[in-house]
Amino acid sequence: MKKDIILSGVGGQGILSIATVIGWAAIKNRLYLKQAEVHGMSQRGGDVQSNLRLSSDPIFSDLIPKGECELIISMEPMEALRYLPYLKKGGWIITNSAPFVNIPSYPEISAIDADLKKDANVISFDSDQIAKDCGAPRSSNMALLGAAARYIEILDVEALKEGIRNVFARKGEKIVEDNIKAFEAGFEIAAKR
Amino acid sequence: MLGDEALALGALHAGLSGVYAYPGTPSTEITEYIQASPLARDRKVHCQWSCNEKTAMEAALGASYAGKRAMVCMKHVGMNVCADAFVNSGVTGASGGLVVVACDDPSMHSSQNEQDSRFYAEFAMVPCLEPSNQQEAYDMVRFAFDYSEMYHTPVLMRLTTRMAHSRAVVKTGEMRDENPLRFPEDQKRWVLLPAVARVRNEQIIKQYAQYEEDSEKGNVLSGPKAEMGVIACGIGWNYLMENIEGEPSFPTLKVTRYPVSKKQVRELASMCKTILVVEEGQPLLEKALRGYLPVYNEIKGRLDGTLPRTGELTPDALRKALGMDDKETCSKSEVAVPRPPALCMGCGHRDFYTALNMVVKDYPTARVFSDIGCYTLGYLAPFHAINSCVDMGASITMAIGASESGVHPSIAVIGDSTFTHSGMTGLLDAVNMGANITVCISDNLTTGMTGGQDSAAFGRIENICLGIGVPKEHVRLIIPLPKNYEEMQKVIREEIEYRGVSVVVCRRECIQTAKRHLKKQ
Repeated sequence: MKKDIILSGVGGQGILSIATVIGWAAIKNRLYLKQAEVHGMSQRGGDVQSNLRLSSDPIFSDLIPKGECELIISMEPMEALRYLPYLKKGGWIITNSAPFVNIPSYPEISAIDADLKKDANVISFDSDQIAKDCGAPRSSNMALLGAAARYIEILDVEALKEGIRNVFARKGEKIVEDNIKAFEAGFEIAAKR
Repeated sequence: MLGDEALALGALHAGLSGVYAYPGTPSTEITEYIQASPLARDRKVHCQWSCNEKTAMEAALGASYAGKRAMVCMKHVGMNVCADAFVNSGVTGASGGLVVVACDDPSMHSSQNEQDSRFYAEFAMVPCLEPSNQQEAYDMVRFAFDYSEMYHTPVLMRLTTRMAHSRAVVKTGEMRDENPLRFPEDQKRWVLLPAVARVRNEQIIKQYAQYEEDSEKGNVLSGPKAEMGVIACGIGWNYLMENIEGEPSFPTLKVTRYPVSKKQVRELASMCKTILVVEEGQPLLEKALRGYLPVYNEIKGRLDGTLPRTGELTPDALRKALGMDDKETCSKSEVAVPRPPALCMGCGHRDFYTALNMVVKDYPTARVFSDIGCYTLGYLAPFHAINSCVDMGASITMAIGASESGVHPSIAVIGDSTFTHSGMTGLLDAVNMGANITVCISDNLTTGMTGGQDSAAFGRIENICLGIGVPKEHVRLIIPLPKNYEEMQKVIREEIEYRGVSVVVCRRECIQTAKRHLKKQ
C-alpha cells in the first residue's frame, strides 16, 4: 500500500507543517516515508511544494514520478494547477480557494477552477475563512489537512490528530487546540461533499 | 530526518569535534542541526559559523592537524572559495579525520551555476563519496572519517539538493568518543615547501590508485547479461529502481564512491552492448567512459541527449531514457503562471532600493553592481535596481574596475554577511586605488537568504570600513524606512558626488528574524 501526495502553496503558507504532521503519523504507524522539501531562495514568496511519499514497502525516489501522485493538497488554488502533470487521472485535489495574489499576471479564478476540475476530483473551499470562523486564523493549513484526511487512506484520522498534538505540543496547549479545531472543521466540510 | 541532518548526526556519532561552515543552500541545515544538538552542546563541539568557506576549511585542517575529527560544510560554489585550502589539504593530508561536505544544486534552485563538486575531488586527488539516500548519508560520513584517518587524506562528501532537502527515517549506530589531542607523527608533510610537496605528490598518486581499488568494496556490480547495462551514481540509483519492478534484469553498477574502478566498469561493459550512465550534475563519468577514441560499447547519457544535458535528474527523465512509456496523468494547465520569489513585505532592502532608484534616475550613466543575497531579488520587478550579480564579493571589485574604465556613478550593493565573507579585501583595494565608487552595505544584521544565521561583523561594520581606510565623513548610516526616503536620497546623492570611496550603511533588521525575536519576547 502506498500514497504519494504533493503539497503546494506559496512560501510561508505552512505546507511544511502539514507535511510534518502527516510524516509524524506515518512514522508512528511504521510506514516508510520520503519527504522532499524546498528550502532557500524560493521560500521568499515564491511557489513551494513538498513531495510526500508514504508506503508499506521501501521507497526509492525522493521525487514523485509523473502520474503516480494520488492527492494534491494545496494552500493556494493556482499552485495546485502547477502539479497536474504529476496527478493520476481522476486523482483528488484538496485546495484552499482563497487566492494569494503577489504577482501582477494572476489568472482569472474561473479559469483556474475550470482547469482544476478538468481531469481531477476537487474539493475547494476557503480554508482561511474556516480557520477564522474557528477562532484560529493561523490554522488554515490544518483546516485543509482535515478536509484531505479521508483521502489519505493509508493513515486514519486519529493518527493525524495525534500528529497535530505532538508536532505543535511545544507551542502550547492553546495552539494545539486551535489546530485540532480547524482540522475538525475542515474534516466536516469534506464530509458534506 | 533531512539528508543534511542524517549526515550531521552521523558525524556527531563518529566523534566529531568541530564543524566549520558558511551558510549556503542546500548545505545550511547540516551545521544548524549540530548547533541545535544537545549531544554537540554536551561535548562542546565547535559549531559557530565561519566568515567564509576558506577560513572554515583552514580551521578544520588545523583541527585535523591536532588529531581531532573535523568537518567542513558548504554549497558547491563554496568549493571555489576554499579551493586553495582544499586542494592543498590534499597534499598535506589529514591527521584527525577530515571530511569536506559539498552540497551541489543542479537545476540551480538557489544558485548561480550547476558545477559538480566531484571534479574537485578528482582535481585534488581526494576520495569522494556520494550517498544515494539518507541512511547512506548517515553511514557514509562515519566511514568517511575512518577512511580519512586510514589514508591520512581529506575525504569529500557530495550531496545534491534532493538528498540534502528530503526526509526519511534513519537508523542510528553506536556513538564514538572524540579523538584526544595528538600531534601528527609525520610533521614534515604539513610544510608544503616544493621539496616536500614533490615527495607528497608521488605518494598521493600512489594512494589515489589505492582509492580506486578500494571503491570496488563500496560500488556494487550486479544483474545478469543484457542488451543494455546501467551505471547509476548517487541518487540516480533511486530513480532507476523507482522505474523498474523488483531486481534489475540487466547489469548495473551502483556508484557511491570515487574514483570508480576501471576493472568494475570493464566488467559491466563485457556484460552488455550499450551502457547508460546516470549521474546527477555534470557528465563526469560519462565523459571519462567516452574518452577521445572509439569504444566498443555504445555510451548513452547526458552528452547524447538520452538524459537532459542540464538540470537535476528526475524519475521521469530516467523513465524516458529507459524507453518506457509515460503514465497517464491529468493534463497540464496553461493557466498557471510563474511565481518567482520576491523580497518580503516590510523588508529593509525594499526601502533601500526605492530610495536608490529615486537617486539613480537622475544619473542615466549610473551602474549598480550587486552581490549574492536576498537583495539580488532587487533585479526583479518592481525594482529592476541592479545590473550585476556574479559571486560573493564581486559587487565592490566590479564597481572598482568599471569606475576606472569610466563608469560614473559606479555603485556597489552588498549585504553585511557577504561583505565580511569576501567584500572587505575588495574595499581595501578600492581605498588603496582611490577608486571613485559608492559602496552601499544593506545591513539586515543577519545572513538572510539562508534563513537568518549570525552575521560575522554584527555591530562592527562601520569600524571595519574605518579601519580599512574609508574617511570617517564618508562612512554614512541610513535607516531604510519610507519616512526616511528624503534623507536616504540626500545621503546617497552626496556620496555619489564625492570623488573617492564612500560607504553608505543602510541598516534595519531582517523582517524575518525581527518577527522571530518578537515571538521569543
